[in-house]
Amino acid sequence: MSIFINDASKVIVQGMTGSEGTKHTRRMLASGTKIVGGVTPGKGGQVVDIDGHQLPVFNTVAEAMSATGANVSVVFVPPKFAKAAIIDAIDATMPLVVVITEGIPVHDSASFYAYSQTKGTTQIIGPNCPGLISPGKSNVGIIPADITGAGPIGLVSKSGTLTYQMMYELRDIGFSTAVGIGGDPVIGTTHIDCLRAFQDDPDTTAIVMIGEIGGDAEERAAAFIAEYVTKPVVGYVAGFTAPEGKTMGHAGAIVSGSSGTAQGKKDALEAAGVKVGQTPSETARLLRAILGR
Amino acid sequence: MDLFEYQARDIFEKHGVPVLAAAIATTADEAERAATDIGGKVVVKAQVKVGGRGKAGGVKLAENPQDAREKAGAILGMDIKGHTVRTVMIAAAAPIEAEYYLSILLDRSNRTFLVMASVSGGMDIEEVARTTPEKLAKIPVSAVDGISLAKAKEIVAAAAFPADVADQVVQVLLKLWDVFQGEDATLVEVNPLVKTNDGKIIALDGKVTLDENADFRQPDHQGLVDQDAENPLEAAAKEKGLNYVKLDGQVGIIGNGAGLVMSTLDVVAYAGEKHGGVLPANFLDIGGGASAQIMADGLSIILGDADVKSVFVNVFGGITACDAVASGIVQALELLGPKATKPIVVRLDGNNVVEGRAILAKAAHPLVEQADTMDGAANRAAELAAK
Repeated sequence: MSIFINDASKVIVQGMTGSEGTKHTRRMLASGTKIVGGVTPGKGGQVVDIDGHQLPVFNTVAEAMSATGANVSVVFVPPKFAKAAIIDAIDATMPLVVVITEGIPVHDSASFYAYSQTKGTTQIIGPNCPGLISPGKSNVGIIPADITGAGPIGLVSKSGTLTYQMMYELRDIGFSTAVGIGGDPVIGTTHIDCLRAFQDDPDTTAIVMIGEIGGDAEERAAAFIAEYVTKPVVGYVAGFTAPEGKTMGHAGAIVSGSSGTAQGKKDALEAAGVKVGQTPSETARLLRAILGR
Repeated sequence: MDLFEYQARDIFEKHGVPVLAAAIATTADEAERAATDIGGKVVVKAQVKVGGRGKAGGVKLAENPQDAREKAGAILGMDIKGHTVRTVMIAAAAPIEAEYYLSILLDRSNRTFLVMASVSGGMDIEEVARTTPEKLAKIPVSAVDGISLAKAKEIVAAAAFPADVADQVVQVLLKLWDVFQGEDATLVEVNPLVKTNDGKIIALDGKVTLDENADFRQPDHQGLVDQDAENPLEAAAKEKGLNYVKLDGQVGIIGNGAGLVMSTLDVVAYAGEKHGGVLPANFLDIGGGASAQIMADGLSIILGDADVKSVFVNVFGGITACDAVASGIVQALELLGPKATKPIVVRLDGNNVVEGRAILAKAAHPLVEQADTMDGAANRAAELAAK
């Protein structure tokens, strides 16, 4: 098993005809993802050839779903049009929407997240995230498929490249699913959502949780772990040296006052029994020790 | 982006939030003229993006234009918690009868918007929240529904505003929502919101934070950037489209991806503990597609920082291929020529790493050395910076 996506996932690409969309559709296909079509308003009816795959383009997510049976959408639409694209997917009751787009205004993210909660039929991952991969089964987003294969580790992270780094460190063991939830202030799927899913996934035996400065998601995750998670969890938090008031790349990665510091997050995780590594490599070693590998 | 008080005031005025007459001045002369134009008693207020300016002597009442001139002369150039006062705001003085508090903000924890309102304004609201939380009403606001007339009335009732000002506060709240939504703000705060002795409600001091992701639909916001406060290296990096933050250390950092770069800073700081306490000199994320030009731009910014003693390039090739990064480094050093003078430790892993490492080995640039692991590279870069 795996969480959120598996070999039955049928994926459409919103923004497939754009340059990023096309590039990553090619990569997802190459890693075995079942891409069944794309959505670009105004380009419905076209068929795009991507590496020999004839992919139909639809005007709306609803049309794409009824024609293809898609149950996952991945969004590469530019920031200006992203909100409309995601609302379209929510209106179509698309079960899972993975938003890769970086730089979406937070008013738009707050709005489509609130809308998804009102409807109650769509889970959003991201925005500004690398997506997720269940190695060998499905790869939705931009995570490189060739770092490692299937295995017993579940990974959840705000950061893309730290996800890749951790997958690489533990490449001989492998992953059930690795989820990049994104570093924006408002995201659709949190550490907690992933921890719960990994706890309930029989194929996941240990969990790596990567956090970073800003917000209180890690503190909340720590409380959740103490209450609900019985599988071993190791953690890593980035941003100990980040100064207050300076945004570190991710729109959400900012320390304001005493809240959102890396030390506070580390302390909260350790208090919940999570072993926290000082560097990504040390974190990988902590997990190895737990698994005896 | 945080705004100055006078910028917040202007935005309030644009959206119909009641404010007092005011003007800004950067010299004592200008302050005197502004006070003359406004007439009567004025308040001279230091414009700094930090709290506690009143206690620091940055806010003074002036009886007349000559007094405003003297007060402005004293405040301009003052240092308030490391912020130099370059501008003062001259505002009409209002006879205050009561001080209230209102704010609208993004509530990250609950992934929604939040209004906070209190009839105990004027002081540090965090203090109010801590000591008398019952005096601070917190009402969630849906990002879909926003603040309607009914919602505004609910908030005003929850905070127990007195009946004689309730209608005015409702109107202010509706206009503040216009500011919050219309300007893509993540924080709009009025503290204090005052009742004058003739019963008028006025936003006396305001704080606004804007979302830079919305710049594409907020063309006016570019003009609000405080160029004086920008570090020259940060300004140069911004011009090149690089995500760069200047820090106080000696090891220049280049990496790909915000999380990995943050992690790199930490790993360097740990390694630095063994090498005389050297620290990272900057945050620089070159993002996904690390072309030779981006690498050259990044390296030239970092090598232009006099504090930098060594450089650590830390790249995990995900979508980026390590051979492209390696070629980028080689070409960047060719472009920079004699301007490149500091040792560079490179750690490459991931996509096409063998090819990437081979390119650097073949180029054999005297300043470049490779390391196999992130921790090892950080240690070596710290060691070189400590020499």
